[in-house]
Amino acid sequence: MQSLAARSALTPLKLRSAALRGFTSSAAKRQAVAAKSTPLNKEFKIYRWNPDEPAKKPELQSYTINLNECGPMILDALIKIKNEVDPTLTFRRSCREGICGSCAMNINGQNTLACLCRIDRTESKDTKIYPLPHMYVVKDLVPDLTLFYKQYKSIEPYLQNDNPPAHGEFLQSPEERRKLDGLYECILCACCSTSCPSYWWNQDEYLGPATLMQAYRWIADSRDSYGAHRKEKLQNEMSLYRCHTIFNCARTCPKGLNPAAAIAKIKLELAAD
Amino acid sequence: MNYTRAVGLSSALRHAAFAPKLSRNQAVLRSVLFKRTVKTQSLPPSAADEILNTQRLKRPSSPHFTIYQPQLTWIASIANRVTGVGLSVLLYGFSLAYLVAPSTFSSANVVETVKGLPTSVKVAGKTILAAPFAFHSLNGLRHLAWDTGKFLSLSGVYRTGYAVLGASAVATVALVLL
Ligand code: SF4
Ligand code: SF4
Ligand code: FES
Repeated sequence: MQSLAARSALTPLKLRSAALRGFTSSAAKRQAVAAKSTPLNKEFKIYRWNPDEPAKKPELQSYTINLNECGPMILDALIKIKNEVDPTLTFRRSCREGICGSCAMNINGQNTLACLCRIDRTESKDTKIYPLPHMYVVKDLVPDLTLFYKQYKSIEPYLQNDNPPAHGEFLQSPEERRKLDGLYECILCACCSTSCPSYWWNQDEYLGPATLMQAYRWIADSRDSYGAHRKEKLQNEMSLYRCHTIFNCARTCPKGLNPAAAIAKIKLELAAD
Repeated sequence: MNYTRAVGLSSALRHAAFAPKLSRNQAVLRSVLFKRTVKTQSLPPSAADEILNTQRLKRPSSPHFTIYQPQLTWIASIANRVTGVGLSVLLYGFSLAYLVAPSTFSSANVVETVKGLPTSVKVAGKTILAAPFAFHSLNGLRHLAWDTGKFLSLSGVYRTGYAVLGASAVATVALVLL
């Protein structure tokens, strides 16, 4: 009864505000007003380093935001901090749905994509965010991926075949195609490579899991005829064999892929040669 | 990644313009309150390289094992390495010591010395020797399995990992009781 009365009392107000909304132009008024609820304040500790002040040591800066006025993912929190608290906070992002690979970073000790990582809603625990481990830092959460991309380029990540079919496209059986599942989905976010202790210590010569899995993706492709050449290039101490089957890569891949298994398959194929 | 902006808004100004309370109407405020008083300096595109290179020289390396979550994967791998090194040092160390001073390190002499030790020290000593040996040997089998293409899934890694830990504990106790 009471709620009915309340509702009828509200209706005209609502109507009026809806009508008014059509005529106002202020941005603030158009924005949805969050339902009032008790704030859920969560502390984020974020790695900061600014190239304009290179002498200053990198440090963790603390930000506290209300999770009840924030989206569910770590990336939402970062964007909220950048928009409302500190516009100097720097990070990469683009698709916000786990397909571009830009927002890879170390969250609570694990490499993952900020846009796919839920915020832990325990108020008493802070969340620590670092850039991808053992990389040169361009600024804050942005690592220098130049070497990573160079390594990827070095495995010639494209189809090579000197005898293309006379008519139409290369044909592949369903079984041959299935060999590429779990390989082609990689978005080159570099989470795996930068979680690999071997890559930490030998980055200059060891190719790392992301690149090696793509090397295998082309070795495994029935349409590619350069397999022997590709394997030849990996047949040395450093490029491939620095992988000690640690499995940090598979543990951390935000796309659920298994670079370690792909590397093990390359090793098996090389051993059979 | 690299940019040629040489002088921007000073950070104090930037801070004022974006202070949290004002953020809603920052666009309005900025145009009303601040005329850009900062001079910018235009640089040729070739200057980008130099700025980039000076920056590159100073870039810090991001933290790694100190901040990475301890996971069975890499902790077991480090343990494998450490026990391997420890056991080899022991083996080579003892062999070399025997070469240098055969009488002090002869089996008979070692047996005599150990005999004289209190039981607690004996048990502790045995455990210190047995645990790394058991773990390293069993984890070696795990690596052999991987190298033949088995247990290469994440669950395989974790199941075999815990199995090796459990088996090492059992083997350690067995060796100590010998
Ligand atoms: S394998 Fe996974 S973690 Fe590695 S680059 Fe590809 S998507 Fe990222
Ligand atoms: S399995 Fe190989 S590539 Fe993956 S984390 Fe371990 S050493 Fe690195
Ligand atoms: S923003 Fe594209 S993967 Fe996270």
